Amino acid sequence: MNTMRKIFDKSSFLVPLVAIVLGLLCGALAMLAGGYDPWLAYSSLVKKLFGSPYDMGEAIRAITPLIFTGIAVAFAFRTGLFNIGAEGQFMMGMTGATIVGVTLDLPWYLHAPLAIIVGGLFGGLWAALSGYLKAARGVNEVISSIMLNWIALFLSNYIVGTYLVMEGQQKSKPIHESALVSIKWLSESMGNARMHWGTLFAIIGLIVFYVILWRTKKGYELRAVGLNPNAALYAGMNVNRTIVTSMFISGVFAGLGGVFEILGVFGYQTVMAASWGYGFDGIAVALLGGNTPIGVFLGAVLFGGLSYGSAGMSFGANVPPEIVRIVIGSIIFFVASHGLVKFFLKPFMIRRSNKGKSEGGGAR
Amino acid sequence: MSLCQGKAGLKPVLSFFAIQVETRGDDEGMVRSTTAVELKGITKRFPGLVANDNINFELKKGEIHALLGENGAGKSTLMNILFGLYQPEEGEIWVNGNKTVIDGAGKAIELGIGMVHQHFKLVQPFTVAENIVLGNEPSKFGFLKYRKANQKVRDLSERYGLKVDPQMRIKDITVGMQQRVEILKTLYRGADILIFDEPTAVLTVQEIEELIEILRNLSAEGKSIILITHKLKEVMALADTVTVIRRGKVIRTLPTSETNERHLAELMVGRDVTFEVEKSKQEPGDVVLSVDSLRMKGDQGRQVLDGISFDIRAGEILGIAGVDGNGQSELVYAITGMRGVSGGSVQLNGKDITNRTPRQVSLSGVSHIPEDRHKHGLVLDFTLSENMILGSYFDPQFGKNGFIDFKAMDLLANKLVTEFDVRGSGIHAKARSLSGGNQQKAIIARELWKNPDLLIAVQPTRGLDIGAIEYVHKRLVEARNQGKAILLISFELDELYSLSDRIAVMYEGRLMGEVDADHRDDQQLGLMMAGDAAAAASAEGRD
Amino acid sequence: MNAIDTIGQLISITLVFSTALIFTGLGGLFSERSGVVNIGLEGLMIAGAFGAAVFADQAIQGGMTRGAPWIGLIAGLVLGLVVSLLHAVATITFRADQTIVGVVINILAAGLAIYLTKSLYEGSGQTTTLEYVFNPVAIPWLSDIPLLGKGIFTAYPTTYIVIGVVILSYIVLYRTTFGLRLRAVGEHPSSADTVGISVTKYRYIGVMLSGALAGLGGATIALTTTSNFAHNTISGQGFIAIAAVIFGKWNPLGVAGAAIFFGMAQALRNWAQLFEWSHHIPNEFFYMLPYLLTLIVLAGAVGRSSAPSALGEPYDPAKR
Repeated sequence: MNTMRKIFDKSSFLVPLVAIVLGLLCGALAMLAGGYDPWLAYSSLVKKLFGSPYDMGEAIRAITPLIFTGIAVAFAFRTGLFNIGAEGQFMMGMTGATIVGVTLDLPWYLHAPLAIIVGGLFGGLWAALSGYLKAARGVNEVISSIMLNWIALFLSNYIVGTYLVMEGQQKSKPIHESALVSIKWLSESMGNARMHWGTLFAIIGLIVFYVILWRTKKGYELRAVGLNPNAALYAGMNVNRTIVTSMFISGVFAGLGGVFEILGVFGYQTVMAASWGYGFDGIAVALLGGNTPIGVFLGAVLFGGLSYGSAGMSFGANVPPEIVRIVIGSIIFFVASHGLVKFFLKPFMIRRSNKGKSEGGGAR
Repeated sequence: MSLCQGKAGLKPVLSFFAIQVETRGDDEGMVRSTTAVELKGITKRFPGLVANDNINFELKKGEIHALLGENGAGKSTLMNILFGLYQPEEGEIWVNGNKTVIDGAGKAIELGIGMVHQHFKLVQPFTVAENIVLGNEPSKFGFLKYRKANQKVRDLSERYGLKVDPQMRIKDITVGMQQRVEILKTLYRGADILIFDEPTAVLTVQEIEELIEILRNLSAEGKSIILITHKLKEVMALADTVTVIRRGKVIRTLPTSETNERHLAELMVGRDVTFEVEKSKQEPGDVVLSVDSLRMKGDQGRQVLDGISFDIRAGEILGIAGVDGNGQSELVYAITGMRGVSGGSVQLNGKDITNRTPRQVSLSGVSHIPEDRHKHGLVLDFTLSENMILGSYFDPQFGKNGFIDFKAMDLLANKLVTEFDVRGSGIHAKARSLSGGNQQKAIIARELWKNPDLLIAVQPTRGLDIGAIEYVHKRLVEARNQGKAILLISFELDELYSLSDRIAVMYEGRLMGEVDADHRDDQQLGLMMAGDAAAAASAEGRD
Repeated sequence: MNAIDTIGQLISITLVFSTALIFTGLGGLFSERSGVVNIGLEGLMIAGAFGAAVFADQAIQGGMTRGAPWIGLIAGLVLGLVVSLLHAVATITFRADQTIVGVVINILAAGLAIYLTKSLYEGSGQTTTLEYVFNPVAIPWLSDIPLLGKGIFTAYPTTYIVIGVVILSYIVLYRTTFGLRLRAVGEHPSSADTVGISVTKYRYIGVMLSGALAGLGGATIALTTTSNFAHNTISGQGFIAIAAVIFGKWNPLGVAGAAIFFGMAQALRNWAQLFEWSHHIPNEFFYMLPYLLTLIVLAGAVGRSSAPSALGEPYDPAKR
């Protein structure tokens, strides 16, 4: 109850809200500059999102990975780390799941869980590598994880393109039926939208995120290290080990995001020229959501919705879908520079308080 | 002129009166020539407190004027206003008889005001000369003329007798020399109003004497000096006039010739204070802590601990004196396991705890009141309650199966808050919201609750007001009387002498020897703190 | 093909890749020396590459020939500078977290550049291939020296410019009052503030220089190697440049050296294609190489002892 009140506290809610409005405005300006009709574009976006059960289902499909990467980034943030490498961990998660899904033959009750676990571990270990480099060698995790993102991309491509490849194509052989986690009945009832159990896992992930950090002793440690590593050392915590642990947990979340894209959505992995961007969007989600579980959920819904709806914009108003990147980028820009937002808000605030004052004066 | 000075010296600084003095004189030129700075009705508010409340202050030309007050009384705020770093909400600033608005350090410098900050504003990797000329460099087409800069610094240093080497880097010179660089910085800019903020805090006894000499010379050269301090002795030894500030308000301004330390203390604190701590003689028990030839290497490969050995017995306070940066922090890190040692041993109650982890050391019976309560002592964004279990959260009494038992945590917090009188807005308020004194009380409560055999207290009263200082001292002596061994590290000689049973002096990672804790000799202590082996030998001889 | 020629070729390709890294690395250096971490170098390079490709293309359509790449180069500089202003306003004036703002700059610049490319080029994800880009210029006599002649003295104009910028940066940083003040602001802002130096002003200059130089870096890539702008024109070079700043210990000469090293890692990929043996090594390995090498080097270069002390901390005069 207390937490709820804090989350809906005016000031913590106002900045993201204003940032969203300003971000959408920036997008509109960019569209005007490019000669497009922003009103048409935004209304086609909304239409696309709520147009049919299929679209709503697909929007949920697009939101799911963002919840995972959002948790990954938010979790690391809470422990004082900036996990910009969710992208690479996501990729490694995909690859881990694909390896298990393609090469092994197991009954479904073993196959899918194993693929999920291996994928999560791949992501976790990939992140732990950044954590280790920071703890043991003092390498800034931002730069190391960026490098690891690229390495993950090429490593995944190499594994998929060399060992798992479907002859003559730029993608892997299909994942065995026994490892898939789609929900057939739900998909059928939503116009064949790709619904899968990953969404449920994402929701559970949000709860796990909360419980680990705010209910357990490990979480107490992780937060202490994040807020004040010196005091953590003084209190007898192993700061370096905590950094690796935190990155590992964060990476597992990102990895799971990738896992469910393979097992729930595509059923195969492609050789890619560039990475997906879910990891970077995870940063946006975490920031907008103030690194809280509920915030991450709302942030993922917004950005996932925008991303999915952008297809509607290019269809309905001929706007390049990258406009959504601009909108998302501006939104986090304004969230990060909340000073700027407050600066924009000031005239309104002053007017309101002046109003209050003059009314008070009148009463006297 | 002398008449005017006498009168101003006697008058209590009531704003009404002060303004009258200023406006009454027909001969304005005379007023202008005698008053360097006048602050009228200065008020500065910070969220939640009034740092300066209608302050009036007058600095005469050529005088040394002490601004005396406890930590947090508002001295530094006032001087930051005069130096243009803060803007006051109300009030006027007059410099050399002209009303001015000082909206930045640049403007203050232009007006001939210079400030020697308590925490030196020096760029470590730069040379002495670079630091001094920074912002006002001799240059041609934008290129810095290094030779000219060095020469200028050399000239200035000779003229005022402030010895520095212009080409040395700041990180390689002593604290005393760094302070001279700070003074030269102000003189280089032509300052004739100098503000010294707690200038003796980091100096040895001998360096303080040198500083006093320097201040006298500067005042003889016609410079007007404001000395910010909370040390009564310095006020009496140095200042012509003293203004006492308490809780943001001016209490009195009076010439030092008409007062004494006791009187000033009463004005500063607002009640009669005795600086004596009641402490009975007590026969120490068994050896609790035994440190033998401890060695540690620093970041630059320098030997920061160079073979330290000492024992502390139960029911005994061992004070460590020394200038900051001579290995005191490292000694504590070594004992508590926060940093590894390269040689030697630490034994607690006969058990070896060398190079154990901080947790193992803590569990074997060591508590630690750290030097920096914000850096080490507290997680400021945790609640008070969460901070209370900082070193013991892993204990089963605070929850099983990896989960935290918040009820048990709050129960402990409530108990300690009551017992140690920690005042704030409850145990669920962030530690950040507490005052310094209450933060320190919370740390002491937590550390004593662990019922340690050895208590390490590093600068336990830094930045606290007198009330809190008395409280901390009382608790430490109580712990000693209960038979705990206490290692006290402090830069305040008064504190060391009033609390310690024995005092050892630390210099460059070694112990120079012990001095008699019952017979105070600042001269000898000062020499030992500066590494004088002969003084150390004579101290040992006398024991 | 003889050994001397192939080594000359390696040097030559290395210089092509290094040039952009040096420009950008020096940009990062000025920003970091003033105390502002600039993770957004990648985005600034994207802005520069995009600006260069578009404006050079416009110039060519307007009838220019050999002058067009110069227009592009200037456009790249200006665009980088404009985008860096966003960074400066957020981090210096509004004291936002520098790392986060840097990441935002990357996302925004990438989004904007592709969006505008698609808007300007009828939905195509890349700009038209430029007919006129920079060509290597041989310095008379010197280019006839065996080994080095082909490698160093037959290079793009941007390479010659960057050599000048390295030397200039060194002089500016260590010989001028501007450099002294900039470094003071990065090391100990409150000490600069108390002698009347505006921390805000010098940090703005530092960040804007990083924008201009990273813009030049991006433009160099568009105008020498790719001849257009597409989504993958800039792929991690901005981050490698940051690594070069760290590896080069915040010194212009060191940064240049580190950038050449990383440039060689990129060059190896292209260079190796010339040989039969390279076909047995998976392509992905060569793609990975620059990033892997950067990681290894960073792990080896222990400590940040030479980093400016106030790096990454917004300056708040109230908290001195």
